[in-house]
Amino acid sequence: MSPARPPVGDRFRRFRDRLAAEGSDRPEAPRQGGPAGTDDQADLTPPPQRTAELPGRRTGRRGGRRGGGEELRVPEATFTSYYGRPILKAPVWKWDIAAYLFTGGLAAGSSLLAAGGQLTGRPALRRAGRVTALAAVSASAVFLVKDLGRPARFHHMLRVAKPTSPMSMGTWILTAYGPAAGVAAIAEAAGRLPRHGRFGLVGRALPSVGHAAGLLAAGAAPALATYTGVLLADTAVPSWHEAYPELPVIFAGSALASGAGVGLLAAPPAQAGPARRMAVAGAALELYGTHRVETRLGLLSEPYRVGRPGRLLRAGRLLTVSGVAGALLGRRSRLVGALSGTALLAASAVTRFGIFYGGVASARDPRYTVVPQRERVNARRTGGGSGG
Amino acid sequence: MLPDPNSLYGPLDPAPDAGYEDAPPRMGFFTDTSVCIGCKACEVACKEWNGVPQSGLDLLGMSYDNTGALTANSWRHVAFVEQPRPADVLGAPVADGAGPQFLGMPGSQPPGRGSGAEDRTDFRWLMMSDVCKHCTHAACLDVCPTGSLFRTEFGTVVVQEDICNGCGYCISACPYGVIDQRKDDGRAWKCTLCYDRLGAGQTPACAQACPTESIQYGPLEELRERAAARVATLHERGVPEARLYGHDPNDGVGGDGAFFLLLDEPEVYGLPPDPVVTTRDLPKMWKRAGLAALAMAAATVAAFVGGSS
Ligand code: SF4
Ligand code: SF4
Repeated sequence: MSPARPPVGDRFRRFRDRLAAEGSDRPEAPRQGGPAGTDDQADLTPPPQRTAELPGRRTGRRGGRRGGGEELRVPEATFTSYYGRPILKAPVWKWDIAAYLFTGGLAAGSSLLAAGGQLTGRPALRRAGRVTALAAVSASAVFLVKDLGRPARFHHMLRVAKPTSPMSMGTWILTAYGPAAGVAAIAEAAGRLPRHGRFGLVGRALPSVGHAAGLLAAGAAPALATYTGVLLADTAVPSWHEAYPELPVIFAGSALASGAGVGLLAAPPAQAGPARRMAVAGAALELYGTHRVETRLGLLSEPYRVGRPGRLLRAGRLLTVSGVAGALLGRRSRLVGALSGTALLAASAVTRFGIFYGGVASARDPRYTVVPQRERVNARRTGGGSGG
Repeated sequence: MLPDPNSLYGPLDPAPDAGYEDAPPRMGFFTDTSVCIGCKACEVACKEWNGVPQSGLDLLGMSYDNTGALTANSWRHVAFVEQPRPADVLGAPVADGAGPQFLGMPGSQPPGRGSGAEDRTDFRWLMMSDVCKHCTHAACLDVCPTGSLFRTEFGTVVVQEDICNGCGYCISACPYGVIDQRKDDGRAWKCTLCYDRLGAGQTPACAQACPTESIQYGPLEELRERAAARVATLHERGVPEARLYGHDPNDGVGGDGAFFLLLDEPEVYGLPPDPVVTTRDLPKMWKRAGLAALAMAAATVAAFVGGSS
């Protein structure tokens, strides 16, 4: 500590002053969040002396004589992090889990459609629903196993049944649903079997077996469609976890809409009435849920509005709306019905990918981890007094 | 269904809750960062003892930290934070936590030696050896669908590598971003708190190797007392910014089995300021899913019985 040295911390003060002078160009965190969000926002956006993340790639070392010309960019957000590194590990799940969200929902929606068709005498809906359900649940199994780090060990899932693990619960739901959906679909082949001989008996028994299996599958279907919301929400991924009230709603709606899409595609307009009504109900749930996650979560809604997830969710909304409009307005045209069905299916898929990647984005950026938690701590410090 | 009302959230002794009778006292780590010298002996000892594969040579430009983060192949990680900190206010709390600053390290010389005193900066160097927190309410363990992650009799959390099928759920669930998938292997890996050594009554490799006793191992109760005393001492000696992290059984994860003494806000070291175990909200989540499922069934019924077309 020589007396000749310049005032300590001078370079930092200069750096800080420069930041203050240049102002912050940070996109302001959305303020329409809950009241907690707005109160504490002020706390978190002082003149940026809380340095934010350092740029990932810093150019040049500061060791030499740069005359105070630090190459630090204006911080993008007023929060502190460790070299801008994410705190959380981003999900290692790849696109196939997003695809599974869609196929699982599609299977569930189709089974419900099939059961309805079966009980109300609409064979076209029944047939299309059952066949789609089997195809979708098979695809689901492939996606799920493929995404494992050790696919050959997929059966280790069957060692335990754990209510605290949505994935374990989902495994058992799928285990109950899959075979039922399979039998129901196979029973559709009964009509093609000969009426006599060895296959005759099978052929005559199949429809009632298929009937029972179809109802069983439909019974498990709502669980299959909604547990995935818990699957995503029961993680530390900020934008998934905080959206836990909405995710099952979105996924239920999305599943209904996709099932309805199958009905619109496959059934003649005369039989497609229930599918149209299912489409309306599904779209309503889906649109309501996505609107909520895009607006209710304050800062954590942001990942759902910007970038690729934002584009996906906007596309999903557009497709949903046009699908429903088509289904309602073109109720006499087979072609319009088919187009609407396709739009609804696409909407469901796109929405799932949007929700999935929105969460992934929120885990990758330390801002979404630090800022809400810091707000919580500060609120407790000022309000509760007990200190975190 | 759930034995203890606190089994998802709140203070709890995890080993008896997991079903152990006559469990030994809960063991843990107290990492006192105020004496850490950044030697990385813990990182090396951990790799050696546990046979953790190398993570490859990488220069990250993050001070002397070339490990980067806790990963499947780094179960201890020493963080280096270079922070300007005026000496005249040394002792006064840093203005709400100035963030990490880059001070040109590593260089061939200490900062300011080549350039003369006037170009020197005053900074402090924070070093912290991070590790899995062995949470009281471990989200990783709660969500594991294979039962690969389990609670040991010492209250620690361990992955069984012969069971894990690499589903990756634990990785998204950990609020600290600790557990990680090994790329060429597919399974999840993390600190075991040297379960094998504990069973033999030995100290974990990292604590054994630490030359400054920055990493202390022992019964958690004892460590908590020691930590409280250490904070009091530091406060007395004019380091009011010393604080404990993860020691409180009433925090969002029910307290950590591995807790820390920090000299700045947690996020400066890359730790979450207020982690909460995700399964705290699980009952509410299932309820919402149940409602959504009912809505779905009702909508289908309505679609088929309402209307005639
Ligand atoms: S820190 Fe993460 S990996 Fe370690 S016990 Fe807690 S939740 Fe599990
Ligand atoms: S990756 Fe392995 S340890 Fe982690 S939740 Fe899946 S099975 Fe369990």
